[in-house]
Amino acid sequence: MTSSPVLTLNGLSKTFGSVQAAQSINLELFKGEVLALLGENGAGKTTLMNMLFGHYMPDSGSIDIFDSSGTANQLQLGNPQAAIAAGIGMVHQHFTLAENLDALDNIMLGSEKFLELRRNKSRAMQKVQKIMNDSGLVAPMNVAVGKLTVGERQRVEILKALYRDVKILVLDEPTAVLTPQEADKLFDNITAMTQNGLSVIFISHKLREVLAFSNRIAVLRHGRKVGEISSKEANERKIARLMVGEETKVFSRKKLEVGEPVLEVDNLTISGSSKRESISDINLSVNKHEILGIAGISGNGQTILANAISGLVKPSSGKIKIDGENILSFDPSNIIQAGVGRIPEDRHKDGIVGQMSVAENMIIEDLNSSKIQSRGLLNHEAIMRYCSDLSSKYDVRGPGPNASARLLSGGNIQKLILARVFEAFPKLILANQPTRGLDMGAAADVANRLLEARQRGSGVILISEDLDEILSLSDRIMVIYDGKLRIAETHDRETLGLMMAGEAA
Amino acid sequence: MIRVEPRNANSAIFSYGVPILSAFVALILASIPLWLAGAPVLISYVEMAKGVFGSKFAFSEMLTRATPLMFTGLAAALAFRAKLWNIGAEGQLYLGAIAAVAIGTGYIEAPAFILLPLIIAFGCAAGSVGMVVPAILKTRYGADEVVTTLLLNFIIIIFLQYMLEGPLKDPMGLGWPQSSPILDQGMLPPLMERMRVHSGLIIAIVCALIAQFMLARSVWGFKLRAVGENVFAARHAGIKVNRTILGAAAISGALAGMAGVSEVAGLKGYLTSDLSPGFGYAGIIVAMLAGLSPIGVVISALFIASVFVGADSMSRAMSVSSYLADLVVSTSLLCVLIGGFFSRFKLVRAKLEGKN
Repeated sequence: MTSSPVLTLNGLSKTFGSVQAAQSINLELFKGEVLALLGENGAGKTTLMNMLFGHYMPDSGSIDIFDSSGTANQLQLGNPQAAIAAGIGMVHQHFTLAENLDALDNIMLGSEKFLELRRNKSRAMQKVQKIMNDSGLVAPMNVAVGKLTVGERQRVEILKALYRDVKILVLDEPTAVLTPQEADKLFDNITAMTQNGLSVIFISHKLREVLAFSNRIAVLRHGRKVGEISSKEANERKIARLMVGEETKVFSRKKLEVGEPVLEVDNLTISGSSKRESISDINLSVNKHEILGIAGISGNGQTILANAISGLVKPSSGKIKIDGENILSFDPSNIIQAGVGRIPEDRHKDGIVGQMSVAENMIIEDLNSSKIQSRGLLNHEAIMRYCSDLSSKYDVRGPGPNASARLLSGGNIQKLILARVFEAFPKLILANQPTRGLDMGAAADVANRLLEARQRGSGVILISEDLDEILSLSDRIMVIYDGKLRIAETHDRETLGLMMAGEAA
Repeated sequence: MIRVEPRNANSAIFSYGVPILSAFVALILASIPLWLAGAPVLISYVEMAKGVFGSKFAFSEMLTRATPLMFTGLAAALAFRAKLWNIGAEGQLYLGAIAAVAIGTGYIEAPAFILLPLIIAFGCAAGSVGMVVPAILKTRYGADEVVTTLLLNFIIIIFLQYMLEGPLKDPMGLGWPQSSPILDQGMLPPLMERMRVHSGLIIAIVCALIAQFMLARSVWGFKLRAVGENVFAARHAGIKVNRTILGAAAISGALAGMAGVSEVAGLKGYLTSDLSPGFGYAGIIVAMLAGLSPIGVVISALFIASVFVGADSMSRAMSVSSYLADLVVSTSLLCVLIGGFFSRFKLVRAKLEGKN
């Protein structure tokens, strides 16, 4: 490995609202190197790469690109065109190819002049052929992209980047959609390309491939760079520890005698249209006075599991029993009536009707209650009173009960949802990523409410990718990976980290 | 770079001032073609105003024109609030009219207090069916209701022509494709002597008041709004989305059917295939202009009817082409719709900082 840098990121920071997505991150990339960027979801990997590529404007910091003579040139920030001109290429996790065009057209697309009259396809083909020979990335060029396999499409994406003479190639979770064999082949190709002087940053959370194919590993957590380690010195335990951190939030969690099971899920299988939407053979149970933590990196089936328990999707097979009674019809209203309170993963989409008022959103799950309506007509005064009571009880701050719910901050939206869920005194609470995107204060509030519910006698399922949260709140822990749920026998960070990455613990 | 962002709070000046300002801008813009056509602009506008407010008759004609627009406007507004795009009010109007004529031309002999409610009930039911069918196709099979309702319009109009040439044809009609007249006791009573304005107007306003109240204060209206604003959250909260959509479809179709009843049993007395000069489509504009508020529909129907009637009368008085009247109408609509957009959204210049 040569030691001349091609790229340095100097103190890049970015905040979204109250969330600090990146905090003065420094990073160096050397010529011919493969740098792996590791971290949990929301750790800031994609934010960082989007700043590099000019999609996001950093709040502070700068980026230097070094030319062949080793002189530093500051990159114009917030401008993708400048990034492309500086030789940075990015291959996104989700493909950006036009499926009805053939591969060669896709590769040429965007690098031709707008008003060029004649398209020189044969010259382009020659160039692509040379790149294919050098790198070993081979894909059929004259077939519509829609007809190619996923692996071939990805090679087309990479060829498209290489076609623009990139010096720095960023791959965002390149193996997420590949079979292990395809992934191994891809990394062979990457190694071949780095021999010709290309530098590669690849984002992943698969420890095995990171260790096998990178030269250096940088780990991000909560928007900070928490470690940098040479791959030779690294091992899976070391990285897992870096990824999930060691500090633990302290909550007063009293020991409680668990009660009867409130939820039993037997052999639940859902075959969705993609892997992310499928789960197989899920068995779990939650008892009264108990929090079951389900850890896992998102996209491993949590959403679909939560949707099944919420009644939003019909399982292909299996049973969901609440209080011993099988919920057959799988309809959200039945599930609510059976005593399940749900804190949805996407609170803006599933949690609130943004254009309706805060008060209306508080009662939306309880429209049959005689407290707020009689004979189909809403009692406006009662609703207002109910809303202001709950707003003070649950500390929902905003412009008042009549204001649109979309005007509330993320934390206050979550408190509104908590108020709605808790006031129904549910037997079971399904909390899916309840603190994602919240600041510390709001997150602590959510955690305390979940503990309060446990104290009160509810069973709680806590789905989260924040291991700290899982560890500090859960009585039992399970890990979801690739649509399958496994029990974590030992509750230590490293074991869980490995299980979340799909490695046998 | 310029982005569009929703305004957070609408001030009173905005919500009332913008439509008035837009109407004003429309008059200024519409004066250009008037001037080009050689008509004195100011006098033309005076004639236009006279055509609406100049006499009791003129005013009653405007109200007569506004009545079906209120019904079709309400039909569109209620469906659109549930994000159910009913483009088929024209067809549902004719279904209502066909049912009214089928019942009211002697098939049943009954006194007014029985016959009139029957005509209304059958007309509304027929319109309702015309919207529920596409709604079922949407909820059951995911068929786009914009396409199905729009195409149903043509099917219904051909069905209407068949009915007027066949089963409903007036034997005394000298061969014209028109229905027999509705019995006198089946007619909606007129509101003013020797004027055409009829009690359909009262029914329309009452419908608007009820719709306004139900949307704001009933559980049914709550569900309809929730489904329309965010179907995901509504489903998650246990609201039965399909049932809500079907309910909205039934009411929307019934209101459009009522427009047909009101035109045939209030105004014309018999059914022809040119009963509606596009009231169903104009209802969409009425509803959009009203910001989908039922009370707003009454006001915007009055506004649009005024522009229609006034512009017509102006083009006759000034002897300019009647196309100019259409031009005035469409300019006003465009201006008010654009104005409505700006009262709800603002344009923001996106900052691009830190260029090195």
